[in-house]
Amino acid sequence: MSDAKKLVEVKAPMSGIFYRRPSPDEPAYVAVGDSVKKKQILALLETMKVFQKVKSPVSGRIVEILVENETPLKDEDVMFVIEVS
Amino acid sequence: MFSKVLVANRGEIALRIIRACREMGVRTVAVYSEADAQSLHRKLADEAICIGPPMSAKSYLNIERLIQTALETHAEAVHPGYGYLAENESFARACEKAGVCFIGPSPRNLRLAGDKIAAKKLMKAAGIPVIPSSEDGVGDVEAAGLLCQKIGFPVVIKAAGGGGGRGIRACENNSDLLEEFPVARLEARTAFGNDEVYIEKLIEKPRHIEFQILGDHHGNIIHLGERECTIQRRYQKLIEESPSPFLTASLREAMGKAAVHAMRALDYVNAGTVEFLVDSEGRFYFMEINSRIQVEHPVTELTTGIDLVKAQIRIASGEALGYTSQDIQRRGWAIECRINAEDPDNGFFPSPGKVETYHAPGGFGVRLDTHLYKGYDLPIFYDSLIAKLITYDLTREGAVRVMKRALQEFRIAPVKTTIPFYLQIMDDPDFIQGRFDTGYVKKFLPDETDDDDVE
Repeated sequence: MSDAKKLVEVKAPMSGIFYRRPSPDEPAYVAVGDSVKKKQILALLETMKVFQKVKSPVSGRIVEILVENETPLKDEDVMFVIEVS
Repeated sequence: MFSKVLVANRGEIALRIIRACREMGVRTVAVYSEADAQSLHRKLADEAICIGPPMSAKSYLNIERLIQTALETHAEAVHPGYGYLAENESFARACEKAGVCFIGPSPRNLRLAGDKIAAKKLMKAAGIPVIPSSEDGVGDVEAAGLLCQKIGFPVVIKAAGGGGGRGIRACENNSDLLEEFPVARLEARTAFGNDEVYIEKLIEKPRHIEFQILGDHHGNIIHLGERECTIQRRYQKLIEESPSPFLTASLREAMGKAAVHAMRALDYVNAGTVEFLVDSEGRFYFMEINSRIQVEHPVTELTTGIDLVKAQIRIASGEALGYTSQDIQRRGWAIECRINAEDPDNGFFPSPGKVETYHAPGGFGVRLDTHLYKGYDLPIFYDSLIAKLITYDLTREGAVRVMKRALQEFRIAPVKTTIPFYLQIMDDPDFIQGRFDTGYVKKFLPDETDDDDVE
């Protein structure tokens, strides 16, 4: 019998453009399957030319990334699903 | 004179240019991104062409697309406004190559003004006072340390390709330097695509005072007086005024002469600004040249009566200025507040969204340059500047009173704006007395640091 897995959704705190990488020629912050620590940077969100870091609320593993790089998001849009470790 | 101009910008400055053209009998082509379909610049221009997706890189910064649009619409000239491609040498050259007039300085002017180290060397050679600094770019932290021993702390690290207040880091001592130097280079590379940085002595409690210049294609270069731009937050200007309450007549004359001399050294053409830092003793130092029309140009317009955007267009079309620095009659006092869609109660974080309530101030002595209207949805993709409120009176005290009254009338909701913050400043005795330096706003924001990181 498998353990009940706790999943956490990481939502956009406000509307903005979602970036998976720090700059176009650098690798993505995280990919599906990666283990992440609490407060680790997952992505950037740009609103009116101001960037904010999206940090992981928990330690765990990235199960799903629901949005494409460089897409505009509305607040509360789910960006990541993380399985809590 | 041109019969048609393409306006390669958005927001309030696009409107500013379209209005000037309309008054001159010049037709306009607006360009807009998919996110700006409801924008006022699209509606007020004679023609409007969609040039691509919301992201600026794919629309307002798309040189090829802009040139193609200018050619297809038979625009004879392009006005770049400020920001975006205004100081982009490649864009100016691309216009030249396509046979479209770039309303602005020459590509060579743009190159020299854009390279902060080169510009500084040129000014030093021309005898303009410059801030003690490294002669060239500083390649590593050891070299940086040696230089700081020579010129003394505190220092600032600046990006050679920077400007507009971006890419600046202050260091009080050697441990700051060790920490900030690599960050400054990284930041310079991401922001400007060039990781060259240089180090300059920090001038303590300075004032930021700049001179407006116009140069034509007939060798005339004049200045239109100064603008006081000391009130800034994180190196971004908030309030500008003209004249400066700090300058004496003799200092004003010396700085005006230096500014004209500086622009002569560059063979400068069109509108531009020479920025200076002035220390508490009244010593002034060249800081940089802004090779564009500036956001704060209206305070000069109100005190001189010269329409700077029309002057830019006339100069670009080959007309001579027709007046000298001595002909410029400056009268009264003008103050500008840059109103941003930012929440002053939440670290000035941007506040996009729909403008449900909108009431604009008016009356004697009030000028409002804005692209807002009731029902407008502020896109997330662009700058948070939503309005420039400019007030005028014969005295500074009067202009401050008009500003306070106009800010009180101005209603924008539910989008958060910096209006309440400016109202606080208009009531502050130090501001009213003209006592401030570039650290002024910290008294309202004691917990804030200078860097840009948002957690």
